[in-house]
Amino acid sequence: MNDSLRAFLSRLRALFSKASLDRDFDDELAAHIELLTDENIRSGMPPDEARRAALVKLGGVEPARELHRDTRSLPFLDSLLQDLRYTFRTLRRDLGFTTFAILIVGLGIGASATVFSVVNTLLIRPLPFRDPTSLVWVANSPDALGLSDQSMQVGHFLDLREQNKSFSDMAAFFAFYGVGDNKLTGTDAEPERLTSVPVSQNFFSFLGVKPQLGRLFTADECKWNGPRVVLLSYGLWQRRFASDPNIVGKSLTLDDQPSTVVGVLPASLDFAAIFAPGSRIDLFTPFPLTPETNRWGNTLAVIGRFNPGATVPTAQAEFTILSKRIAHDHPERNDLHASVAPLSSHVSGRLRPALIVLACAVGVVMLIVCANLSNLLLARSASRQKEIAIRAALGAGKARLIRQMLTESVTLSCCGAILGLFFAFLGTRILAHLTSVSIPLLSDVRMDFSVVGFTALIAILTGILFGLFPAFQVPGITLHDTLKDSNRGSSQGHGHAWIRSALVVSEVALACVLVVGAGLLIRSFLRVLDLDLGFHPERAAALRIDPDSSYDTQQKRNAYFTQALHSALEIPGIEAAGLTDAVPLGHNRSWGVRGKGQVYKRDEYPDGYVRIISDGYFKAMGVPLRAGRDFNERDDLNSQKVIILNETLARFLFPGQDPIGQIVKADDPERTVVGVVGDVHHLALEEKAGNEFYIPIRQTEDFGSVDLIVRTSLPNSQLVPRLREAFKTIDPTLATGTLRTMQQIVDKAASPRRFVVLLLAGFAAFALVLASLGIYAVISYSVSQRTQEIGIRMALGASAQKLQASILLQTLSLAAIGILIGIASSWALARAISGLLFGVTATDPTTFVGMLILLTAVAALAGYLPARRASRIDPMSALRSS
Amino acid sequence: MSPQLDILKGNLDLMVLQTLQVMGALHGYAIARRIEQISGDAILLNQGTIYASLVRLQQRGLIRSEWGVSSNNRRAKFYSITQHGSHRLASSAQNWQQLSLVMARFFAAQKEPQQ
Repeated sequence: MNDSLRAFLSRLRALFSKASLDRDFDDELAAHIELLTDENIRSGMPPDEARRAALVKLGGVEPARELHRDTRSLPFLDSLLQDLRYTFRTLRRDLGFTTFAILIVGLGIGASATVFSVVNTLLIRPLPFRDPTSLVWVANSPDALGLSDQSMQVGHFLDLREQNKSFSDMAAFFAFYGVGDNKLTGTDAEPERLTSVPVSQNFFSFLGVKPQLGRLFTADECKWNGPRVVLLSYGLWQRRFASDPNIVGKSLTLDDQPSTVVGVLPASLDFAAIFAPGSRIDLFTPFPLTPETNRWGNTLAVIGRFNPGATVPTAQAEFTILSKRIAHDHPERNDLHASVAPLSSHVSGRLRPALIVLACAVGVVMLIVCANLSNLLLARSASRQKEIAIRAALGAGKARLIRQMLTESVTLSCCGAILGLFFAFLGTRILAHLTSVSIPLLSDVRMDFSVVGFTALIAILTGILFGLFPAFQVPGITLHDTLKDSNRGSSQGHGHAWIRSALVVSEVALACVLVVGAGLLIRSFLRVLDLDLGFHPERAAALRIDPDSSYDTQQKRNAYFTQALHSALEIPGIEAAGLTDAVPLGHNRSWGVRGKGQVYKRDEYPDGYVRIISDGYFKAMGVPLRAGRDFNERDDLNSQKVIILNETLARFLFPGQDPIGQIVKADDPERTVVGVVGDVHHLALEEKAGNEFYIPIRQTEDFGSVDLIVRTSLPNSQLVPRLREAFKTIDPTLATGTLRTMQQIVDKAASPRRFVVLLLAGFAAFALVLASLGIYAVISYSVSQRTQEIGIRMALGASAQKLQASILLQTLSLAAIGILIGIASSWALARAISGLLFGVTATDPTTFVGMLILLTAVAALAGYLPARRASRIDPMSALRSS
Repeated sequence: MSPQLDILKGNLDLMVLQTLQVMGALHGYAIARRIEQISGDAILLNQGTIYASLVRLQQRGLIRSEWGVSSNNRRAKFYSITQHGSHRLASSAQNWQQLSLVMARFFAAQKEPQQ
């Protein structure tokens, strides 16, 4: 071992065995003095003189001790430990203050660390794939809303993949997979609907995902009508197959057909968390890239991987040119305006502004925490003046005293940070288990080293920040005055009375900004909840009831639909029932649509969102019929082909005309408009409906899923068995696990907004409490400092009311300055969150006035308590107390 | 600390080592006496400083200590050099001798008349 390292370690050891080392050295010194004295006596000195000479020769006992101590140990750390011991002693003595300080630092740091872990997961930490920064999302059109605009036709995908030079490779998955697309039967357990995602052959190797068991798909399996194979997600493998190590090669019955399990994906692949937040993906199947699938239209969600050196602008430039050329070469295909964006910004870019707002909010909360603690420490240092003066008198230097104060504040904040880590641990666990919140990667939020590091940093910064004012107050305390001064004076207070007032004013101002921001977002959220969605989610529920493979012709399927609807309607308590292939706020597809005889240029060809539905759907969903009629059972294969438009599309295609009876071309046959219905917010709560049209399910085969929508007063627990009973004859393996109420679906769509609003409202409430505590502390401190003055006033005949009023006035003038600054800053800052608002302007007067009233009321309450106490001061005892 | 004193500190450590190497186990007082005897009072300003040197040497593992009884029956702490200490002493002494030879030659050269 290196000599200096060895020396350092033994110095470190010496820190902690101080007492025994001191004793040992004292013994050694004593021996030395005695030996020296003996020798002096031997040389003829008298004993007294001999001992004195020995001490002189040694250079004194105390200097020798000090030299020994400093040499054997680390003097800096030693005094730090001393400070810490002293700190813990004083903090223990003032337990109330300590508990309160640790609690608010803990809450503040807990909130900060939780928000940081979310920000870290969504915005900072790379996606859990190989070389994630080179991954790119390729949408079919730049500002795509519906899925059809996001996704790409197979032919386009293949051409782009072959011709581009920006990407080393491209992969894709089928964007129109549906929740519960596959029915798993034939095992001992209940039949269950599973969600599978069809993927291109290279999808997993492209992302760098290696299977946990078995293998990925082969080229053969990705041919049209190739062998039926599946890859299991880790979750399904664990849940449904008890992590069976021999699952590979076994056959499952999916949609009544055997499928072979070729592999199990690792737990680290969380497809849903990234591409379909708030849902569960169970299986992956091969998606053939063939002429057959090309005919399905826009189907592929596309990801690319940059070649070294490629960037978004260069790739975009190339893809713009390629898109034009490919579209020109293939007029028979759909439009192509390929648009590239980093995958990470596609996944979490939409949430970035909200997260930044949350991060700023939590920063403001921390500032308020600091101001509050600064204030408390100032109050404490005022009452500790004597102690500090005595320490100074005993020889403690200014630097040492300041260091002592900072040690105290940093110790407090570090204790708070430990509590905060505990809160953050709870917070991240709760967030990661919010399965119904559709925020990407939320399930990956967890405590990791970066969060702990961040917390440590914040703790030290916080401690220094809130300790700074009180620490530099110390040297101003003059020894003489303080020691001479008895309890009487309050003159010292003037210097830092204004610092404390300034701290409270800034607390109020900061809290005001938070409260206004939260107010605006809460109002937006209420507006969103209040929206007329175009349907009535309450009391409606959806259940997948796709016909199984025994219904192998369109006639048989139509008969199944009729029977299913009849069976459902026979259940007492079900008022209406209908079928749809697209439950609102879920997937969307759009088709081109035009009135007969209308001519459009290629790029201006109107499209609309298509829904395949049955009679009763509008009634079950609560979509109002504006004109004409609903579909009925007779709208089938043999009757006239019909269509229903929403108001927006009817107005667009037939402005100023009666749409009923018009001929519309959307899919193959020409269809006659028989009805017009209200617009439905189908894409997202905040999005307008756009063009929508409805085609009867008995007149087309172009649907991928069938949901039964029922309107009922029955609770789910009764609905499920009754539906299963009703479907016994037509679908004995009905899987009821996917039953969702429409309210759940709406809530999930509102969940990201609710998430942000709840967090921000929580921060604002915390800020408000802290600010009111700050006001309370300052006012009651000033009241206690002025006890004698108040006593004299009362003795001279001032009324209690008058006193109360003057103290309240003092409070409100502090608050008013704070609120004024706060409102002005909010006014300026609110524009920054205007992107998050809905239905309110950034300067919404109602919110501003409301928050002004709220803050004033809170301030008045915080000032009222000390004011009341002041008015009850007994003049006699107040005067006597000095 | 002034550079001069710093040099002094290092040399004091070396003198302590050499003393222990020659004399075997000694207590602090005896080491101080021995250094005073050999160097005159030039090195040790007061005997207390010997203990800082002893701590430094011990922390580097160059010497070890043990409580024992002195010749006139006083309980005292005895220091002795370790093997590591002997090695370190040997190499330091060699350095010192070389350095002092060189220094001596320099000082001798200065006195020669200029050519």
